[in-house]
Order: sequence, then C-alpha cells, then structure tokens
Amino acid sequence: MKLFHYAAPQHFYPLAGRLWPALAVLATALALAGLWVGFMVAPSDAQQGQAYRIIYIHVPVSWLAMIIYLAMAFWSVLGLVFNTRLSGLMTRALAPTGALLAFLSLWTGALWGKPMWGTYWVWDARLTSMLILLFLYLGYIALTSAIEDPRRSDRAGALVAVVGAVNVPIIYFSVQWWNTLHQGASVSFTQSPRMASVMLTGMLLMSLAVWLYAAAIALWRVRSLILVRESHALWVQLLPEVQAHRTLRGAT
Amino acid sequence: MIWSSASEFWSMGGYGVYVWGSMGVSAALMALEVMLTRWGRQQALDAVCEAMEAQTLDAEAVRDPVASSSGTTRQTTFNPGAVT
Repeated sequence: MKLFHYAAPQHFYPLAGRLWPALAVLATALALAGLWVGFMVAPSDAQQGQAYRIIYIHVPVSWLAMIIYLAMAFWSVLGLVFNTRLSGLMTRALAPTGALLAFLSLWTGALWGKPMWGTYWVWDARLTSMLILLFLYLGYIALTSAIEDPRRSDRAGALVAVVGAVNVPIIYFSVQWWNTLHQGASVSFTQSPRMASVMLTGMLLMSLAVWLYAAAIALWRVRSLILVRESHALWVQLLPEVQAHRTLRGAT
Repeated sequence: MIWSSASEFWSMGGYGVYVWGSMGVSAALMALEVMLTRWGRQQALDAVCEAMEAQTLDAEAVRDPVASSSGTTRQTTFNPGAVT
C-alpha cells in the first residue's frame, strides 16, 4: 500500500523534500494575502477599535497549537499500533513548532488582554489550559531528548502525546464549560460565524498560512531527523547532498 | 484604503504597542525558527559525515589492524562498496 510505502523514512525523505518548499511558498502567499485583508481592507471593530486586529495572529496560532498536538497524538497512535519508524520522527518534528505556536498564543493573548480586560494574565480556564498545552510540548521535548535509545524515546514520547491530547478538547470547550473571562468561539462548527465576512476572510487566510507554515517547517525538520537517525544507512550516505557536504567539509 | 496616513496605520488607534507587539514577536520567532531549522539541517549533514568517518576507520581497523593502531596517518576515503 502507498501509505505504508511512505512510512519508511527512506521513501518519506525525498517526498518531504519535494513538499516543504511548495508549502512554504503557499504559506508566504497566503500570509501576505491575509495580512492585506486584515490590515488594509477590514474595518475597525465597533467595540474594540483597532486592537481587535490581534485576532489575525492570535486565533491562527491558537488553532494550530491545538491541531499540531492532535497531529502528534495521531502519529503516536500509528507508531504504537503499527510500529512504523516514521511516526516517532514526525511527532518529534512537530513538537518545537507546536511549542512555539502555544507560546505565541499566550503572548498575543496577553497583549490583547491588557487593553481589553485590563490584565495580561488571569487564571481562567481557557488561559490555564493553554498554558498546560505549552508545558505538555516542553515536557515532550525534554522527555524525548533525555532518553538516548531512539525506540524507547519514541515510545515514551508517544505516550505523553496520546495522554496529553485529552487537554485539547478541554481547551476548546473551556469557554462553554466554565464561566471565563475569555470570549466564546468566534467561529464554531454548529453556528454561522459571529463576525463580519471580511474579518473572517482575513482570519481564515492567516490560519491557512500558519497551517501550511507548520507543515512546511515540520517536513523540513523531519528530513534532518531522518538523516541523523539513519546516518549509518547506505542510502543516506549515498545522497548527493551528503556527498556534497562531505566534499565541503574536506575542503575546509 | 482604510488609513489616511502612515502614522495612523502604525498607531493603530492607540493600540500600536499591543498590535505590533503581537505581530512583530510572532514574525520574529517564526523567522528564528526558520534559521534554527536551516542550522539543524547542517548539523544533521555533519552528523552523517561523522558517522561515515567512524565507519571508515572501523573498516580500516578490521582490514589492517597493525597499520591502523601504529598511529601512521593514512588517507581514508569513503568507499560505499566496502561498507556493505
């Protein structure tokens, strides 16, 4: 089957190499379009004035911080069930980007909270569960880098990714389950969006841009992880980029 | 165009610090991540080269234990055929 064919690092490596530059170009184009709509076309908000424009970065990074954790859990389940070698590498490749976006969610949220709520931080269900997500990412990274043996490291990481995924629906539904300072969902699966369509367009363009950015950088990063993990394999040693790098090292 | 001047754009109705603090730090950290990933790629290629050099030395030691332990410097060239 084609999917299992690409589960081998040897086959995934060239595929990722073809995909990430294309995704990076698309991400850049969508980000430029999203920023144009968000900052040059969309009007100011009736209640929040210009401060609402933080939404164009806050919502995309927050969504992706959650989606990336779910993606890590997905790869981890595949790894635990099928024992595919790529799973642990993909989970590992996603974690730093997830941690970055979780941090940016808290950072942009703090800068939005100050002018609107009068405080950078409050121990509210939405904010606290997002902080826990950041700690889960950091915990995953610390745990996997502390265990030498790649197989044991992958399995331990996979358990953290799967168990920690419980936190994602808690973040998502926190604004409904608890009475929080954080506003409800701007866009939900069940209701029509409660925002002007031009603002929604800007937000969705930016979300798609961050999504593709995350995919591109994870695929770029996984190629390096594959090289290190498989550095003793002949197919890696015969790669033209490895041969070129070797010549470069010899010259200096 | 919704802005009448550049200064109006940058001030963001008095919320400039918050809006640009959000957008600027996000852009800067993503740019930093791109640079770190590029650096990681070079590190990975270095790691592969080091693994290859170690393998070549091991192979030499098996083939010619006396020469490899006597401390004489020898040109070691990578030969994929010899590794397999």
